[in-house]
Amino acid sequence: MSIGLGHYLAVAAVLFTLGIFGIFLNRRNVIVILMSIELMLLAVNINLVAFSAYLGDLGGQAFAMFILTVAAAEAAIGLAILVVYFRNRGSIAVEDVSMMKG
Amino acid sequence: MIVATLCFYLFAGVAIVSGLMVVTARNPVHAVLFLILTFFNAAGLFVLLGAEFLAMALVVVYVGAVAVLFLFVVMMLDVNFQELRAGAARYMSVGALVGLALLAELALVLGGMTLGGVEVSGGALPTPPADQVHNTRALGQIIYTDLFVLFQIAGLILLVAMIGAIVLTLRSRPGVRKQKIADQLARTPEQAVEVVKVPLGGGAQ
Repeated sequence: MSIGLGHYLAVAAVLFTLGIFGIFLNRRNVIVILMSIELMLLAVNINLVAFSAYLGDLGGQAFAMFILTVAAAEAAIGLAILVVYFRNRGSIAVEDVSMMKG
Repeated sequence: MIVATLCFYLFAGVAIVSGLMVVTARNPVHAVLFLILTFFNAAGLFVLLGAEFLAMALVVVYVGAVAVLFLFVVMMLDVNFQELRAGAARYMSVGALVGLALLAELALVLGGMTLGGVEVSGGALPTPPADQVHNTRALGQIIYTDLFVLFQIAGLILLVAMIGAIVLTLRSRPGVRKQKIADQLARTPEQAVEVVKVPLGGGAQ
């Protein structure tokens, strides 16, 4: 009945799969795709912290903190690009973004 | 012990259900709110694992900054989200297929995994005993010494992201009258006042 490493890894695996599923399900809506990426990064963080706790190695938690930093920077830049794109085109549909190919 | 077990199942269950609601919610505002709920429950899982600092950082960084940023953008953009969801049913089957395949693979990997052969209390950066050094202090002791360069690079990434976001979204609209303080302060009496010699009976031009 006690909680082991496998339980945490299972939760992380399910959350990661939900992130992938969200990208497929909302493949026209960039905002929900960004949220799905956040979910996947969260699942990776849970994996790192669980291994860090069960192996007694603090490096995993430090690494999770750096992932947190990169995820925050990515969300800020992604949303800024989204706002600029909406200002220029008046829509955020993913199909229209392919026009940026030039 | 039983309380910790119950807490784990509570946090894990709510996190998974709200994660599912994030990707299936019709209204993006609800999706953001469910994302916040997911992050809160993940923070609870981190507390159960003994990573208190990371749990609080997750709440501060994600709920306080990233999720609110998402909420701002969702509410600011005037987008018809119903229209964007039009083809969702078409992608549901292939998405579910890929998701289930990935989940099955992860289950196979995790099911066959053991920690045999791994030194459990050790590694490159061993955790000090929790009753002597608490989590935040232990993390600080390795981040500011062993991982100092990584820490500086993380700060640089945040700086670049901040400047990038400002440069991307800043726009100067023509025709808007703004106060230019530098110009006001640089003004001298010679530029501001014109002394005119008025001829007798002529009046000022």
